[in-house]
Amino acid sequence: MNFSLARATLIAEADLVGIAGERAVCDRRGVLYFPDLRLLCVSDLHLEKGSSFARRGALIPPYDTGATLLRLQAVIADYQPRIVISLGDSFHDGGGAGRMHLSFRERLEALMAGRDWFWVAGNHDPDAPADLPGEMVKELAVGSLLFRHEPSKLLRVEGEIAGHLHPCARIVQRGRSVRRRCFAGDGGRMIMPAFGAYTGSLNVLDRAYLGLFNRDTLMAYMLGAERVFAISGAMLRPG
Amino acid sequence: MPRSPFVPIFLGDRTRSRYLLRVTEQPRLAEQNAAVLLPEPFVKWFGEKGWSPRVHQLELLAKAQARQSVLLIAPTGAGKTLAGFLPSLTELANRPKRKPGEAHRGIHTLYISPLKALAVDIERNLGKPVEEIGLPVTIETRTGDTPSHKRQRQKLVPPDILLTTPEQLALLIASNDARRFFEDLRYVVLDELHSLVTSKRGHLLALGLARLRAFVPQLQTIGLSATVAEPDELRRWLVAQNPPKNSKNTEMAGLITVAGGAKPDISILDSRERVPWSGHSARYAIPEIYEAIKQHRTTLLFVNTRSQAELLFQELWRANEDSLPIALHHGSLDVGQRRRVEKAMADNALRAIVATSTLDLGIDWGDVDLVVHVGAPKGASRLAQRIGRANHRMDEPSKAILIPANRFEVLECRAALDANYLGAQDTPPLIKGALDVLAQHVLGVACGGPFDADLLFEEVRGAAPYAALERETFDRVIDFVATGGYALKNYERYARIRQTKEGLWRIAHPRVAQQYRLNVGTIVEMPELNIRYVRQGRGMAGRGGPVLGKIEEYFAEQLRPGDNFLFAGKVLRFEGIRENECVVSNGAGANIIVPSYAGGKFPLSTYLAEQVRGMLADSDRWKTLPEQVADWLRLQKEKSVLPKRGDLLVETFPRGNRHYMVAYPFEGRLAHQTLGMLLTRRLERAHARPLGFVATDYSLAVWALDDMAALFKAKKPSLAALFDEDMLGDDLEAWLNDSWMLKRTFRTCAVIAGLIEKRYPGQEKSGRQVTVSADLIYDVLRSHEPDHILLQATRTDASAGLLDVSRLGEMLSRVRGRIMHKHLDQISPLAVPVMLEIGKESVNGGANDTLLMEAADLVEEAMGR
Repeated sequence: MNFSLARATLIAEADLVGIAGERAVCDRRGVLYFPDLRLLCVSDLHLEKGSSFARRGALIPPYDTGATLLRLQAVIADYQPRIVISLGDSFHDGGGAGRMHLSFRERLEALMAGRDWFWVAGNHDPDAPADLPGEMVKELAVGSLLFRHEPSKLLRVEGEIAGHLHPCARIVQRGRSVRRRCFAGDGGRMIMPAFGAYTGSLNVLDRAYLGLFNRDTLMAYMLGAERVFAISGAMLRPG
Repeated sequence: MPRSPFVPIFLGDRTRSRYLLRVTEQPRLAEQNAAVLLPEPFVKWFGEKGWSPRVHQLELLAKAQARQSVLLIAPTGAGKTLAGFLPSLTELANRPKRKPGEAHRGIHTLYISPLKALAVDIERNLGKPVEEIGLPVTIETRTGDTPSHKRQRQKLVPPDILLTTPEQLALLIASNDARRFFEDLRYVVLDELHSLVTSKRGHLLALGLARLRAFVPQLQTIGLSATVAEPDELRRWLVAQNPPKNSKNTEMAGLITVAGGAKPDISILDSRERVPWSGHSARYAIPEIYEAIKQHRTTLLFVNTRSQAELLFQELWRANEDSLPIALHHGSLDVGQRRRVEKAMADNALRAIVATSTLDLGIDWGDVDLVVHVGAPKGASRLAQRIGRANHRMDEPSKAILIPANRFEVLECRAALDANYLGAQDTPPLIKGALDVLAQHVLGVACGGPFDADLLFEEVRGAAPYAALERETFDRVIDFVATGGYALKNYERYARIRQTKEGLWRIAHPRVAQQYRLNVGTIVEMPELNIRYVRQGRGMAGRGGPVLGKIEEYFAEQLRPGDNFLFAGKVLRFEGIRENECVVSNGAGANIIVPSYAGGKFPLSTYLAEQVRGMLADSDRWKTLPEQVADWLRLQKEKSVLPKRGDLLVETFPRGNRHYMVAYPFEGRLAHQTLGMLLTRRLERAHARPLGFVATDYSLAVWALDDMAALFKAKKPSLAALFDEDMLGDDLEAWLNDSWMLKRTFRTCAVIAGLIEKRYPGQEKSGRQVTVSADLIYDVLRSHEPDHILLQATRTDASAGLLDVSRLGEMLSRVRGRIMHKHLDQISPLAVPVMLEIGKESVNGGANDTLLMEAADLVEEAMGR
């Protein structure tokens, strides 16, 4: 293993969480990094969501792909992962990759160069993105971990990493409400926050998450400006 | 008496002929004019009724017949509406009958009012004289409630007079047969014009009028308005402006002004109780208010906010030993409930009704003989209008009592009262036409048919709010409508409008027109949740109970299951939030929360602020104040100082281990909040270590760890430098960009401009979904194209509305060289009210992560990590 000094100091032991025996960093920017595997996982990029809306007449700013890639570039530069897994809904629709502005495509290809890149199939993008490198998979097992887009319906899983639901969490402290995107995990399963610039979010207490977590050990790792805040499930509020 | 001295104002009051008026102005002249101007059937009808037309009605008719557009300014109950329709009715009476087989004639007169209910009322009340005179005139309404088969029929067989709202006009203009539909249009009558013109709805309407003028150049407008401070602004608004060469607009409609009726009989409650230092509940005065209700037939109680309405209603019922029928009415309540209250009111079944501004405009309210205004009236014209509710007879004085909720409000009430006697009026200043509204209009025009940009630009500049619009801005708006107007030209293939070979702009796809129709209008609501009532003990599992009304989302989010709050006069227990519903059951208990609503908080008007400052400075005027309030001011004079009329007083004093600065600009809470934000930034830079601030309508307190007085003395910075106008430059810009207020404003602009849709066909987006995406779009757009036209529109809006920047700017420039610093050993009497607010109101800073940290620390503590 060949950690550079900069990378090593990036990870404090206290910030690591355990998932099925693997150690991972819940990065405040919304990516999951496994230092021992040199594996970076990012979910729900929803690239070209802007142009997808524009096709239907809502001309929202065409800068989402650029903004998302810029943030992705920053985390990849920090961690220098060997493996990158894009956990589904990488593009907002099947035609997204084809619509991408040339400059963005070049930027994305530069990010992919020199590492193993997996596109996990999502409900928005079940097929491989057009003319882009990387390997298309339905799901991916790495050691004790299983990466897939939609969380499985099984009640007890060990080491499942999923996306799809765009979790956020809300607390009320001193009469004020704070809502943030979050990682949601109970030690066995981890659901990733959505990374895309135009992706909304859904409270982890919503019905859609029913049966996915052991409520006693549920933690929300809420994304803050400087760090991630680990909040226990009991403190969370719906809405 | 030779003949009845009474004439009816049967239309002005929109009700029965119980409103009779004494003719006060030269009846003989009126009769002479009547013979000349009024067609025979009208004269006969007036005669049969024993009435005669009023002078201003005939005057308006004369001007209209001379092809002039007119503004009629008259108080409530002066027969405004009949005056507005006389030109149409007389002209229609003289029109030859349509021969069988001849094409149907188009609309002759368009009537536009801000309220649907008003249009419906007019239909009923205009129908009666039309029928009695035997006029061959058809009158119909067209509102959001009109069924589609009726709308279709109206397109084929239009009525002579169409009564509608600004949104419906925008829709009519956007249809491809608009030009034909309006080709016979002669008059547009604009009711309650004073309230229409100050908002974005007014901008949309002004653009709609400009379009109508392009269809029918000889079109005449008739504006009906309550008294306003600047009639000339409205007169310009009514006619086409031609700004090109000389910069000054001279085009104005004719003006007719009717003097006010009897002076209202207004008093300020001189309470036996102690008037509180701060707060807004006026709880101290409940026994006296209840007594007043008992002594009158029907009392209307006005408050400034919905939360005040809930509180007052609750308190009155607590005092209601005689079980008098007292009802509650405000905009968040379910429509059904509001209608029931309105009906009971019209039937005179109620003794008192607690209401907010939902009742400011519009309909008659039975036999109200007393208006009670709780809290400060905030603007003199608002007070005048509210008092006009009582007793619509112009020759009888209306009776009103003002209940100040705290000591500063006593001053404000006194000032308002003086203003009302002087007949002074203030309305918000007209603002420049908004660009998001223009974008909506441009798309609407394109939906109606291809347009030429040069011609449309000239047409738009004919609308008063857009008279100063620059071509470059207009072109950017067109670019925005076409492809979003982004520097990154990525959306050419998705353009909504495209240029033809001939250079005309046309919509790219019929779907564009369909989407436009669903999104028309400028009223964008705050995200709200329905309040769903379930039986107690069922919790979130309960279903199917009635909807009690709506509540703003951000309030519901602060509640914990089990919390009790006050709504619709009931104590409700919060069970939880389910999708777009807030689920509640019967509540009880002592710790009851009153919802706060973002809407409905009016700032103190510039005029009243000026009056209050004047009163502070002039101890002779204290004689008219209640003794306890006058005492308070005398004490202030003794312990500190009272500022001169044009001066700004700034006090500093230590308290506890902190240092306080209290300033008294009297410019309203919004302007003070903005000032507070900016001052704190500056004090931070000066290393005074400011900790927070709090703002009221009258003053502003900032507290810091360091001695600010010492800093001012050492000129690090001087007080004058701290309050320098340049704070409105970079400091404002930097703060604005991070402000949640800007996001909220952006959302509204984005919906109006058509960037985000209000609704998809068959699917209503909930507030939350729109909010989330609007916030994300805002973030992305701000970091990638900060000069985008929609961000420009957003900043303009926020500066004018939420932040009151222009008012703050005027204040800062007014007080330059006139800041009076007084350093004290302890708090002054005048500072008490604002100091009491500390802790009640949270200061919205960037401290959200601190809250998260606290929550996370709690977890760590509990887990022993």
